[in-house]
Amino acid sequence: MNAITPLGDAQSQSVVSRFAVPAIRCAGCIAKIENGLSGVPGILSSRVNFSTKQVAISHLPELDDDQLKKQIEALGFEAQILADNPLSEEKGSTDKLIRALAVAGFGMMNIMLLSVSVWSGATGVTRDLFHWLSALIAIPVIAYSGRPFFASATMALRYGRTNMDVPISIGILLATGLSLYETATGGAHAYFDGAVMLLFFLLAGRVLDGMMRDRAREGIGALLKQAAPGAMVVTDDGTTNWVATRDLRPDMRMMVAAGGNLAADGVIEKGSSSFDCSLMTGESEPQPKGEGDIVLAGTLNLSSPVVVRVTATGEDTSVADIARLMDEAGQHRSFYVRVADRAARYYAPAVHSLALLAFAYWMIVGAGWHQSLLIAVAVLIITCPCALGLAVPAAQVVASGALLRKGVMVKDGSALERLAEVDYALFDKTGTLTLGHPVPVNLDDLNLTQKQIALALSQASHHPISKAIRAALLAQDITPAMLDRVEELPGEGMSACWHGMPVMLGKPEQSEDHLASQLSVGSDKIVLQLKDEIRPEAPEALARLQAMGLPASIISGDNIRSVSLVATALDIPAQAGASPQDKVEAITGLAASGHKVLMVGDGLNDGPALAAAHVSIAPGSASDVGQQAADAVFTSESLMPVALSVKVARRTMQIVHQNFALAIGYNIIAVPLALTGMVTPLIAAIAMSLSSLIVVGNALRLNGAAK
Amino acid sequence: MSGLAILIPVALLMGLCGLAFFFWAMRNDQFEDLDGAAQRVLIDEEEEPS
Repeated sequence: MNAITPLGDAQSQSVVSRFAVPAIRCAGCIAKIENGLSGVPGILSSRVNFSTKQVAISHLPELDDDQLKKQIEALGFEAQILADNPLSEEKGSTDKLIRALAVAGFGMMNIMLLSVSVWSGATGVTRDLFHWLSALIAIPVIAYSGRPFFASATMALRYGRTNMDVPISIGILLATGLSLYETATGGAHAYFDGAVMLLFFLLAGRVLDGMMRDRAREGIGALLKQAAPGAMVVTDDGTTNWVATRDLRPDMRMMVAAGGNLAADGVIEKGSSSFDCSLMTGESEPQPKGEGDIVLAGTLNLSSPVVVRVTATGEDTSVADIARLMDEAGQHRSFYVRVADRAARYYAPAVHSLALLAFAYWMIVGAGWHQSLLIAVAVLIITCPCALGLAVPAAQVVASGALLRKGVMVKDGSALERLAEVDYALFDKTGTLTLGHPVPVNLDDLNLTQKQIALALSQASHHPISKAIRAALLAQDITPAMLDRVEELPGEGMSACWHGMPVMLGKPEQSEDHLASQLSVGSDKIVLQLKDEIRPEAPEALARLQAMGLPASIISGDNIRSVSLVATALDIPAQAGASPQDKVEAITGLAASGHKVLMVGDGLNDGPALAAAHVSIAPGSASDVGQQAADAVFTSESLMPVALSVKVARRTMQIVHQNFALAIGYNIIAVPLALTGMVTPLIAAIAMSLSSLIVVGNALRLNGAAK
Repeated sequence: MSGLAILIPVALLMGLCGLAFFFWAMRNDQFEDLDGAAQRVLIDEEEEPS
């Protein structure tokens, strides 16, 4: 079966993986990544998306995501795996809106062409002909492009509510109907151009809004998949067989190999090992666990195989508890009313009453129902919320675009609105304030042989410290030494024989204040210090937040020692040893005292807190759950984007409010004209485009806001 | 008037052609990566590995 697979066959079984590569900056980077990857066996093709800073790689299933990530990193770019996104299907809705926008644009241009002739003085048969032609174009265009509004309006009306789409639909339908009547009776004015232009501007607003959501969604990953897909279960007669997670039952005994994830909660029955619980607790140091100790689903067995008796599976595990907690915590957000909706709530009834009043007034005065209806429609068209519909999305799209260029993906517009309101910042420690992976600081105290031994020892272990040492040594192009009898002693370290001499990499003899490891070769003992570095620019970012009126503090699940190290370094208050529940309580406590909390965190254990906070940001290195729960994700190493996002959000809200003021100001001028019956289709067309252009122009100023 | 009878259908037809091309471009993901397209112009063509 080693024959060369024909290309067609290879492509049919190819898999596409996506990676976020924030460091893509120029054409050179695109060429470097695409050409570099095309040489790798197993990779069929790769495509860089410059706008979203992503790389899509189509490859054979033999290559897994970690290997691909290493390939990208070998080219000199840091990469993050993007999980398949269940939300990306919604992208279709924006495509539909763009098509509607294109059709409306086509209709608008052609009708305007005819309208200009009418305005410049076409009369009689020519005018009638042009009106009929306009109707011919306008009716299919409105039927096609108006669907998003009509559908949403009927939906709202069916449930006895009203939204912005109801006045829009009524306005468009009334204007079209009246214009048809005018055309049929050879009248002077038809509002087909107005109706189609209205659709065009409103669709533009919707498209901007949708684009913003899509752009962020593309980058944001998937759901709970921390627990292993299954486990090796030991049966009574001693044989083992693989059982999927959903078929695990309490009291089954599962074998968990070193380096394996737990599929269910349980109690260790045989063996002892150390476990990486950082996912659940935020604690960065591995926990030694022995017989009788409880271990949780999703944690990683680091050193030696153990037998675990299952106590809880599926919905009853602690991971599922966190998911539930997250769900509950996220509930309050659905009550948040977006600025545009709040405006619409007052705007729609006001406009309708105004049109109705105008109609009634002119009827009473005796203008006849035809004239009165014309005026009422003019009021509806001229007040129709074009500028209002563009005011919010235009500003938010420009702002999120500016943020995206700085490596911050904002999930939706309401996130920017909420971000502008925060007045308190809570930070997780590991992976948020720090980079989340320890780095050895004094490797060069070792000579070459010692380095080779250290590498050989660290390669055999899954311990985070070993991984850090291995990564640093591999970066120096060290080759591992040949060792005999490599053995892992749980909680102690790795031991082996090198040319008959006992060597060991493990816990230092004197207890150290921070992460450290000791390499002993014979009688030589060297302590390797490791440091989980604080993110670059963290002090500056915190100072900026402080200056903007956001005091910051740390809330971490890690032990008090490592938390206080970071807290003193950054000079901010801290709370250590906090469980996911504690974090949520801290946030609800602050919220109860009137604070709007910004939560910045990365782990699974931060998930509920991220969902509970008024608004939340996660680093790109965060767990899928963290990214899922957060409102925004920043991909750079520096912490500065957090401060920048708050600044841009506040600036955005300023612009949004200015836009509202502009839109309202325009209405104050235009409405009296419409009420007095002075608005012709020409005036309506000019007023509408002018107000929309001003609003968009104002929003474009945000382009420079992320400097 | 006879001029209009030709010009208006021509204008509409051209508009519709433009619309059709836009739809075609959208279906073929031409708008997926607008910034990238601008950057790719700068990449030197290299021999495609065959």
